[in-house]
Amino acid sequence: MALNAQTGKTFDALLSANGDRLVDRWTERVAQTLRGRLTETELRRQILELHSALRAAVGEGTFDLPSEGSAELRALLGELSRERARRGFSPSETAISVFALKDALIEVFDFGDGDAEALRELIAFTQVIDQLGLYTFETYARAREELISGQGEQLLELSTPVVKLWAGVVAVPLVGTLDSARAQVVMEKLLQSLVDTESTYAIIDITGVPAVDTQVAQHILKTVVAARLMGAECVISGIRPQIAQTIVALGIEFGDITTKASLADALVHAMRANGVDIVRRTPREES
Amino acid sequence: MTTVSERGGAPVERTELREILLIAADEDVVHVRQLVRKAAVAAKLSLVDQTKLVTAASELARNTLAYGGGGQVTVEVVDDGRRVGVRAEFVDEGPGIPDIGRAMSDGYTTGGGLGLGLGGARRLVDEFELDTKVSLGTRVTVTKWAR
Repeated sequence: MALNAQTGKTFDALLSANGDRLVDRWTERVAQTLRGRLTETELRRQILELHSALRAAVGEGTFDLPSEGSAELRALLGELSRERARRGFSPSETAISVFALKDALIEVFDFGDGDAEALRELIAFTQVIDQLGLYTFETYARAREELISGQGEQLLELSTPVVKLWAGVVAVPLVGTLDSARAQVVMEKLLQSLVDTESTYAIIDITGVPAVDTQVAQHILKTVVAARLMGAECVISGIRPQIAQTIVALGIEFGDITTKASLADALVHAMRANGVDIVRRTPREES
Repeated sequence: MTTVSERGGAPVERTELREILLIAADEDVVHVRQLVRKAAVAAKLSLVDQTKLVTAASELARNTLAYGGGGQVTVEVVDDGRRVGVRAEFVDEGPGIPDIGRAMSDGYTTGGGLGLGLGGARRLVDEFELDTKVSLGTRVTVTKWAR
């Protein structure tokens, strides 16, 4: 939607006459909804920038948000939306920064004497403002999505630590859902750490996996086979009673893969296999 | 319509806990598991039975997604007057299953999995019902009763 040259000029005139009062009312309106979560000066600066960018955009005569002439306005709106999204403001609180201009316009200027021409202009202006509002909304949503997918990736990294338990023994404690993406990360990290630590035993602990279905089992089996190809043995630990019964009912075969109830058992098993025996020291008797 | 059924005869009374979820993406399988677990806890299923039902639901939800092209699940707590249980109904409008016998048998898969999902799900629950019609879709209903 674009404004024609004449309406654009009228809008520009409206924005510049009484510009200070307009900015005041605009800022006030936005400040009411944000309830002090943004400082007055910061908000005022943003509104002032928006005001002047909007004037520049409509002052050229024709106005069209996607056009070249509105690039600065778009950049400002985008920055404002992204900033609001990052600081945890709601979509309404973000959009109100633009929509408050409507209230301010109606309060500051008198459109009220039933003049058809004035009404037509007012509608044209509010349509422009709606367009700006929608643009902030889109940018806001995109910024939030980026934030979420970024966190998802971070989580993927966080949730799969490979720890060295003993010389030649590494372990991956799996927590939560093991989907294909995570299984891939786990496998890569585990195989890499086998090389880095020169380990011959890898313990996959599934204590933190709420349900072992065929997909999870398949991912684990593939990881075990890959580790074997590199000459390492895998032990699966943390198999709780309910998981054991479920695996049996499902019919999953772990074959000759060693499984243990606890991580401690698995560690002892791996150490024994590496030739390390654990001996309890008994206190020497006084004689 | 071909039907595999292992259902006890008496009509059941549905209680207020009833939710419908769409299955359209991988994350939805996780949501299905969470919903089923919530219902299983509400129906006071034992920990083993909770885990079995959740695992069966996970298999069926993934089947709905992978072979049915997505669909929906209705999870509800049911009461037949003597006992309380959880029922989950998976519905898709996918290609259907041409050979149920083979699909139910262990180790058979057309999708690169272990081939244990459908048969395994049947062993994990108390009642299992499968309606399928080629090129029209599949409906799998499973129930687990609290003991």
